[in-house]
Amino acid sequence: MNGVHDMGGMDGFGKVEPEPNEPTFHHDWESRVMAMVRVMGANGGLGIDSQRFARESLPPEGYLASSYYKKWFLAIEDQIIASNIAGADEIAAGHSLRPSPPLPRGKFTLDDLPRISVRGSFGRDAKAPAMFKPGDKVRAKNINPLTHTRLPRYVRGHVGIVERINGCHVFPDTAAHGKGENPQWLYTVVFASRELWGDDADPTLKVSIDAFEPYLEKAE
Amino acid sequence: MGLGAGLGYSSLMAHDHDHTHDRHDHDHEHSELSETQLRVRALETVLTEKGYVDPAALDAILEFYETKVGPRNGARVVAKAWTDPAFKHALLDDATAAIGTLGHVGRVGDHLIAVENTPQRHNMVVCTLCSCYPWEMLGLPPVWYKASPYRSRAVKDPRGVLADFGVTLPAATEIRVWDSTAETRFLVLPMRPAGTEGWSEERLADIVTRDSMIGTGLPKVAPKAAP
Repeated sequence: MNGVHDMGGMDGFGKVEPEPNEPTFHHDWESRVMAMVRVMGANGGLGIDSQRFARESLPPEGYLASSYYKKWFLAIEDQIIASNIAGADEIAAGHSLRPSPPLPRGKFTLDDLPRISVRGSFGRDAKAPAMFKPGDKVRAKNINPLTHTRLPRYVRGHVGIVERINGCHVFPDTAAHGKGENPQWLYTVVFASRELWGDDADPTLKVSIDAFEPYLEKAE
Repeated sequence: MGLGAGLGYSSLMAHDHDHTHDRHDHDHEHSELSETQLRVRALETVLTEKGYVDPAALDAILEFYETKVGPRNGARVVAKAWTDPAFKHALLDDATAAIGTLGHVGRVGDHLIAVENTPQRHNMVVCTLCSCYPWEMLGLPPVWYKASPYRSRAVKDPRGVLADFGVTLPAATEIRVWDSTAETRFLVLPMRPAGTEGWSEERLADIVTRDSMIGTGLPKVAPKAAP
C-alpha cells in the first residue's frame, strides 16, 4: 500500500536527532509491548509480514504522531481483535470474558525463549531458476497494490543493476495476507542517485534495495 | 523519564498526546502516558488470563534485550575481522556462517550480510519502510533509526544525515546506502583507524561504536589512548 510508512526520499521531517546514552526502553509499557509482539508473532500466528501491514494500515496521522512502540501497540491490538484472539470488549474490560481458541503454537513459556533469540530463516527451496543474474539491467515495476509490498515507491519505474542473488525467500506480499509463503528469488538491486533523484543528486551516491523477482522486469 | 529536551522521541510523544486529545479528553502528557500504560496492561492481562502469555516469559524476553544483546556483539565481530584476515574474508563471504564459528558472540540468524568500508566507499544502512536492523549484532535499534527523519533522508541525502552525526567524508568517497527492504540484514565493517596497530581484539572492540556499524559514525579512538 502507498502509505506514509514508505518514507524514502520524503522531505521536511527535519534533522536526525540521536539521543545520548539512550535507554533500551523509555517506559516500562514499551518493553511489555515489545515482548507481547514477539510472543504473539512466535506463537499466535501473527507473522512478521502481517504485523508490518497492520502498522502500515494505522491512520496516517496516527502513524506519524505515535512513538515507535505506540505504533506496535495500536497495530497488535488491531490484529488481536481482527484475528478473534481477544475481543475489543475484553481489552476494554481488562479481563478475559470468554474462552478463546488455542494459539497455533500454544502458550509461550520460558522454554520457548531460545526460539526468538535467533532470527528465523526466510530462505526456501526454489521452484524455478532465477530469472536474473548479477550485472543484469532491471526496472522496478510500477506497481501500486493496496496490499502489503516491500517495493518502496522511490524506486518504482527506475532502472538498476542486479548486484547479488540472496536466495529464494518467503514473499511478504502474499505472506502478509495469509496467502502462503510463495517463495521468490531475492536480488540486491543497485540504483544510481541520478536515476532516482535527477541531475541534481549527489553523484557519489548509490542506493540498493533487496527486491523480490516479481518486482522486477528486464530493462534494455 | 529519560526524555531529554529537543529529542525526537519526546516531540513524538507530545504529538502522540495531541492526536489522542480529542478522543480521550486528557489535557497533559502524563495522563496520556498513563492511558497507554493502562491499555497495555489490560491487553497483557487478557492474554495472560486466556493462557496465551506467561508474564515470566515476557520478563525474560525484555531482560534478554536489555542485558544480553547489544552493540558489543557486533564490535567483537568487527575487531576479529580487523585482526584476522581469514575471518574477515569469511565474514564478507557469508556473515552468518562466519559469526557462527565465534562461540563468544553466539548464533545469528540467516541472511546477515557484512559490508566493508574502504577509502573509496562508505556504507550506510537504513530501513525506509519500517525498522529492520541486525538485532543480534547491535541490540534493539535506537529511536532515531526508526524515526521519520532518518528513514526519509538516508536514501536521498546521506551526506546531510552524516552531518547530523558530525561526520564528514571526502567529497569523492562513494556512499552506498543499503535499504533493508527484505529479511536480509546488514552490518557495516568500518575501517580500522590508524594508530591502532598491535592492539588486542578486546581493546579494538572498545572503539567500535554502534553507529559505526550502521554507517552513521566512525570508530572512536580516545584522544589520549595509551599504548
